[in-house]
Amino acid sequence: MFYREAGQFKTDYASDQQIFPILQDRLFVLAVLVVAFIVVPIFGTAYLFSEIFIPFLILSLAAIGLNILVGYCGQVSLGTGGFMAVGAYASYNFWLRLPEANNLVVVFLFGGVMAAAVGILFGLPSLRIKGFYLAVATLASQFFLDWTFARVKWFTNYTPSGSVAVGELSVFGWRIDTPVERYLLILAFVAVGALVAKNLVRGHIGRSWMAIRDMDIAAEIIGLRPLRTKLTAFAVSSFFIGVAGAMWGFLRLGSWEPAAFDINRSFQILFMVIIGGLGSLLGSFLGAAFIVLLPLLLNQLPAWLGIQMSTALLSNLEFMVFGALIVFFLIVEPHGLARLWSLAKEKLRLWPFPH
Amino acid sequence: MQFRKAALLGAAIVAAGVLAGSMAQAQNEQFIPGLIYRTGAYAPNGIPFANGIGDYYALVNARDGGINGVKILYEECDTGYATDRGVECYERLKAKGPTGAAFVSPLSTGITFALTEKAPIDKIPIISLGYGRSESRDGSVFTWNFPLVGTYWSAADIVLQHIAKKEGGWDKLKGKKIALVYHDSPYGKEPIALLEARAKLHGFEFTPMPVTAPGVEQKATWLQIRQQKPDYVLLWGWGVMNSTAIKEAAAVGFSRDKMYGVWWSGAEPDVRPAGDGAKGYNAAMLQHGAGQFDVHTDLKKYLYDKGQGLAKWDETGEVLYNRGLINGMLGVESIRTAQKKFGNKPLTGEQVRWGIENLDLSAARLKELGFDGMLRPLKVSCGDHEGTRAGRIQQWDGTKWNVISDWYESDDKVLKPMVEQAAKKYADEKKLTARDCAKES
Repeated sequence: MFYREAGQFKTDYASDQQIFPILQDRLFVLAVLVVAFIVVPIFGTAYLFSEIFIPFLILSLAAIGLNILVGYCGQVSLGTGGFMAVGAYASYNFWLRLPEANNLVVVFLFGGVMAAAVGILFGLPSLRIKGFYLAVATLASQFFLDWTFARVKWFTNYTPSGSVAVGELSVFGWRIDTPVERYLLILAFVAVGALVAKNLVRGHIGRSWMAIRDMDIAAEIIGLRPLRTKLTAFAVSSFFIGVAGAMWGFLRLGSWEPAAFDINRSFQILFMVIIGGLGSLLGSFLGAAFIVLLPLLLNQLPAWLGIQMSTALLSNLEFMVFGALIVFFLIVEPHGLARLWSLAKEKLRLWPFPH
Repeated sequence: MQFRKAALLGAAIVAAGVLAGSMAQAQNEQFIPGLIYRTGAYAPNGIPFANGIGDYYALVNARDGGINGVKILYEECDTGYATDRGVECYERLKAKGPTGAAFVSPLSTGITFALTEKAPIDKIPIISLGYGRSESRDGSVFTWNFPLVGTYWSAADIVLQHIAKKEGGWDKLKGKKIALVYHDSPYGKEPIALLEARAKLHGFEFTPMPVTAPGVEQKATWLQIRQQKPDYVLLWGWGVMNSTAIKEAAAVGFSRDKMYGVWWSGAEPDVRPAGDGAKGYNAAMLQHGAGQFDVHTDLKKYLYDKGQGLAKWDETGEVLYNRGLINGMLGVESIRTAQKKFGNKPLTGEQVRWGIENLDLSAARLKELGFDGMLRPLKVSCGDHEGTRAGRIQQWDGTKWNVISDWYESDDKVLKPMVEQAAKKYADEKKLTARDCAKES
């Protein structure tokens, strides 16, 4: 009843090829954007911005990046944390050594470009290895980048503790201090990033990635160049992940050490992509929400319900319930939460008249 | 249908009642957040510390009725030693209670680094008892950080002074080899600056050896030590890294009495797992050691005899439990000092900061509080956020810790210039203007 397309006729190619062809979809996304950009900044609390929305948005951008590589191009990568570190440290050094260019947009884009360059470098093995073996090669990149940022002191400006800190951030002259301002900047980046990613995967580049994913030999035979395609996937994916890493360091943590981007971060984002749905941008957002927000919810739920529990029991229970939910969702829907959503949409087309 | 509606209505009433009830109580209470960890790789050391803090606050409430009548409202949040979880716990708890958090003690150098950026904005002081940034001793730059009782540079200096004394003087260290096995995190890297400075001064060879967190993989490190045969090994680990290091030292045959841990690698959870292999292992003491003191008599009377203590009674004399007691006591006394100026009511973080900066605990007062024998008198001031910088060395004999040295005091001739230089570098990076301590006092 809600989701019928009856009566929505397209009269030109542009409207037929738009991202959201169904009117209800367009209205829904517009409503989400209005709420995100206007309603939430007015009514949100500082905790909501700094602990709920900011980590969720930054990691969904990283998940979009990884989804492009793993979901759309089929190249398994465990180097996400390392590429985030490249973005973060490249941005830090740019911010530190060029204080005149204290403009976060430029700083983050620089971090993304550096991460893309490193991503291309570590993506070269993908031309010879596939599947799990490529996962191991990218795992090597994770550990190598971990080691580089811990040992090569130039990157951390020779601090004795290995920790770096940033402050006095601004965008085009506008200071970014409060959680609301950070939230709005990150939201702008994520909105633009998601739009760019959506258009890339809908266009010929995205289709070449999907062809490589589905059957790379056949793709090569019909004329797609595997070198170019795989390396563009690594480049674009690492760009997104690098920008996300720079935002994580600058806007989420403020002061970080190499352990903030270790192997656990790589696993976390890979799990977001798997649980959210491979090959789906909505899946990146849903997976990020699941992995980032659910543990916090589980941690605070007993307090809201007034149940007193020791912190040790609470922490352990959080891990157990979280793990059980992951197993549950993967059994119920191996293709991820995005598939659950598209099934729901299909049912909504017929509801309330099932047959 | 009726039953469902009734059940929902009942749940709503209960929830509202719980909320209203909890809000009504919290009017004349001082909220203190507890960023501790009872799970994860660092739990063996985090649990006794958390028990010590929780028990001390409960004792103050039970024995004294709070701080001059203002009861302490304490809430724990498990950070698992992870920086982002620590920041999340801080954000969740910083505004609770009638006046917000009094102070925060994250028990993690990594989290302290992250909160150092946030504390001046939120105006909540950080008490980093024996950890945190070494240069935060300089209160003119680090207004909101208080590395009370000792920093890592003081710790490294105390251990080196003991080694020098054993060898017969600083000049006898020339040509010796000293290795540092450290946790590859800001915590572990902290002493390197001081050790390198001293190595240059006295001519000994210093070898830093990092161990990747959480520190269960140390075979390669200890094989290197077996090859290089350093004269002394300093252990800067935390959690399971400590017990693993001692076991590995026993496995490669490195004499444990040439191993010196810092005060965070010198507690019972570190030496017990190695069994007999830990005999002879030395560690620096954050002034206090293990054992029962006068405050424990009160703990037994007011908490443990009524079954309300957080730990088991046998565990209450352990090193880290005592450290938790000290952390709680310093916080409570800071609030009491602040109440003298601002009144006997719940205080804001800014007021408590004044209290910590003007904390002056004499020997008589420490005896009154029951901490005689655990702490020496300390006086915090604007220029000195450490308060006191002395320590001793203790040695494990298989069943208990024995104090094997006199008091050493870290050498300000070497330390003070390093602190000032590092603090200035931080101030320049952050474009902060240092306070003028002479004017403020």
